[in-house]
Amino acid sequence: MGFILVQFLTGLASASSLFLVAAGLTVIFGVTRVVNFAHGSLYMLGAYLGWTILSALPRDPAWFALGVVLTGAGVAAIGMTIETTLLRRIYKAPELLQLLATFGVVLIVQDVVLKVWGPDDLTLPRPRWMRAFVTIADQRVPVYDLLTIAIGPLMLLGLWLLFTRTRWGTLVRAATQDREMVAALGVDQRRLFTAVFALGAGLAGIGGALALPDGSANGQMDLTVITDAFVVVVVGGLGSLPGAFLASLTIALLQAFGIVLFPKITLVLVFIVMAVVLVLRPNGLLGRPLAAARGDANTPALVRAAVPALRWLGAAVLLLAALAPLFAGPFALSVLTEMAIAMLFAASLHAMMGPGGMVSFGHAAWFGLGAYGAAFAVKGLALSMPAALIIAPAGAALAALLFGGFVVRLSGVYLAMLTLAFAQIVWAIMFQAVSVTGGDNGILGVWPAAWATDPRTYYWLTLAICTAGVLLLRRILYAPFGYALRAARDSETRAAAIGLNAAWLRLAALVMAGAAAGLAGGLTAFAKGSVFPGYVSIGRSVDALLMVLLGGVQSMAGPVAGALVYTGLFDILLMVTDLWRLVLGLSIVALVLIFPQGIAGTVHRLWLRGREA
Amino acid sequence: MTVLAVAGLVKSFGGVQAVNGVSFSVAAGEMLALIGPNGAGKSTCFNMLNGQIKPDSGRIALNGRNIAGLSPNRVWRLGVGRTFQIAATFASMTVRENVQVALLAHRRHIWRFWRPAAAWFVPEADALLTQVGMRDQAERAASVLAYGDLKRLELAIALANAPRLLLMDEPTAGMAPAERTALMQLTRSLASRQGLAVLFTEHDMDVVFGVATRIVVLNRGELIAEGDGPTIRADPRVRAVYLGSGVTSGGHRC
Ligand SMILES: Nc1ncnc2c1ncn2[C@@H]1O[C@H](COP(=O)(O)OP(=O)(O)OP(=O)(O)O)[C@@H](O)[C@H]1O
Ligand SMILES: [Mg+2]
Repeated sequence: MGFILVQFLTGLASASSLFLVAAGLTVIFGVTRVVNFAHGSLYMLGAYLGWTILSALPRDPAWFALGVVLTGAGVAAIGMTIETTLLRRIYKAPELLQLLATFGVVLIVQDVVLKVWGPDDLTLPRPRWMRAFVTIADQRVPVYDLLTIAIGPLMLLGLWLLFTRTRWGTLVRAATQDREMVAALGVDQRRLFTAVFALGAGLAGIGGALALPDGSANGQMDLTVITDAFVVVVVGGLGSLPGAFLASLTIALLQAFGIVLFPKITLVLVFIVMAVVLVLRPNGLLGRPLAAARGDANTPALVRAAVPALRWLGAAVLLLAALAPLFAGPFALSVLTEMAIAMLFAASLHAMMGPGGMVSFGHAAWFGLGAYGAAFAVKGLALSMPAALIIAPAGAALAALLFGGFVVRLSGVYLAMLTLAFAQIVWAIMFQAVSVTGGDNGILGVWPAAWATDPRTYYWLTLAICTAGVLLLRRILYAPFGYALRAARDSETRAAAIGLNAAWLRLAALVMAGAAAGLAGGLTAFAKGSVFPGYVSIGRSVDALLMVLLGGVQSMAGPVAGALVYTGLFDILLMVTDLWRLVLGLSIVALVLIFPQGIAGTVHRLWLRGREA
Repeated sequence: MTVLAVAGLVKSFGGVQAVNGVSFSVAAGEMLALIGPNGAGKSTCFNMLNGQIKPDSGRIALNGRNIAGLSPNRVWRLGVGRTFQIAATFASMTVRENVQVALLAHRRHIWRFWRPAAAWFVPEADALLTQVGMRDQAERAASVLAYGDLKRLELAIALANAPRLLLMDEPTAGMAPAERTALMQLTRSLASRQGLAVLFTEHDMDVVFGVATRIVVLNRGELIAEGDGPTIRADPRVRAVYLGSGVTSGGHRC
């Protein structure tokens, strides 16, 4: 009995911290419609800044409270800076570009934190009042937990009062429902957005500071927290505060009891919950269907085959790539192999995201399934490398077919989050099924067939397969199927009225993309000689997203250019500076501000300038 | 020959009775105008006819077969084309490609993965574009068209499955008056030449009285009058609904 109570209270305490982060994220999304990937970074800044402030203050409860509030204000100010210098300039840009920009901020903050606070985890010494216990039902419950528990509902109450009892709050709610209408009322939208962003950032900062006594400030917390916060926001329904509160409670309690009842699946329990909720309620628990994004920026641009000059450029690059082993050293050769694979991986995501209109936050799932599929084939089934390279895409495609039925019913951020949930489930399986997958140690000794052991041979093989894969995807996207897919994305109503079944088309696109990503994974397994759970990590999904967004989603050249630039930039940066994240993040932000159409889109536009009547 | 026969069609949204027991029919070669003030339930009728929403009750017979409740793509396969009140076309494609996709769907060539879509049905697409006067804009992006041209493109798309029944929800909204009459005269000649049954809504009364073979009037979901131009003009209930808004003088209200 007492034990259940303790788990229950622990659950409530973590629900409060979850809610603090998720509340800010959901309010920001509701008003600005920006999916703020940098929200976890604001939380991390709250933890680090809170550590600095709280370490300097006396250890009484009152000073602690003041320190937390100061931290919140500090992070709110940082949020305000990010909003006014970056986001404000891109509210009218396509949604995907806003996403890319917030990724850039994540990278920048990671390196800034590393530079300012160093690589070590920072903990706060707990003064006596924090270590106090009260005894409830014969169980000792930390006083700090009780405080945390109280903060969640109090914060909800405070926000509720703010949004219902003040003029400002009413405006924010009106803006959540209809941005254009508020603008028409003559409200200064810029100030409203800035204030909302600062509020959300401040809440994240307070959340980060409050989490210090029970944990530490560390460099991984941004991605962990953003994942949890996204899950909460999506389960609750985008833009809904009560939804976020309900979802925080549900998820935190499930986790508290799940850790006892099903220790094996705790890592994925949250994602399973999210998947179930999204399958049953496509707009989350309390969410309403979102009005489709309005405005010219989201009108898809005309898709045309590449102009001859670009084709010649492509052919020249390919020729150069084919001749590279004659003069490149072993390191360069391994980078080139990686680039060829990245090209196929990015092209597969592009097929889903561009013509398919389905943004995926979990594309690594298919890549990882392909890599593990190939590894099983050679290590477990003792098959040859060519057979393994057939199993890799086939296995990933099969998984995509099974899972796709759920995905294609959703849209937008909800769809993206379901793909993330699936990727996390796959990751957890690879991580926890140690007897089959080797867990964290992965599967080693996945070497190419004897005839392909020479790195040059393997490189040529990879280059040939990946180029063929990309060209095949391109061919399909320009065939009737690709047009029908694009038609369903451009106008679902019109597509249905001419007899197109969007769900089937999208499912087929997902299977196709899954197969191509699986093939890329299989090739990587043999290139590296091993597979690890890291192949299915969020980081790898983000890599793919960055490649596609950098290149631009409008044309097939986009993902190819994006993959080459991203991989190349990454490897060069890694060699010349230890601040590669900062440089990459700044480059991304600069690219977004200068080339809002992506690399390929911008080149294409410059080319067309003056040619279109 | 009756192509479409609607009987006792009902649809409510929450408390709003959008369409309440509407019955009418359209014969081959006929142009039936469905008119009524804003919010009368015209678009809701259209959406039920092409399967976009399911009626609460009522029968929709297409060539004698009940199609009420079928999905939009089934309805299209049975030979119903439609245009939308807010034009819906494929923005990432050219004008010709828009029509080609509709033709590919009609001929069931969608699940093909090799031969480029641009190579399919070019003469057929161009013939449809010529019919609506859009042939010279075939290479332009659909997203840059003027609104009137977009409506004509929609008509070409709606004709791609050689429909028996054409549904046009405010086909001329956003066009100049001269263009309106031209487009509807064109539709009328198509209808009589190909034996097409056309059902359209329209706020411009000049257009309505100029081209409609027959007119039905809807008000708050109920059918209040039916007949030819002079009958409708003389109907006291119609005059009451349109009081002061000039049922006889034309002009677009929105
Ligand atoms: N999806 C919906 N949900 C709720 N109410 C709806 C919905 N669609 C239509 N309505 C309501 O049903 C009624 C009829 O609307 P409908 O769009 O059919 O009118 P209409 O005759 O086409 O008007 P207009 O001339 O403005 O196009 C209106 O009161 C409208 O508000
Ligand atoms: Mg209407």
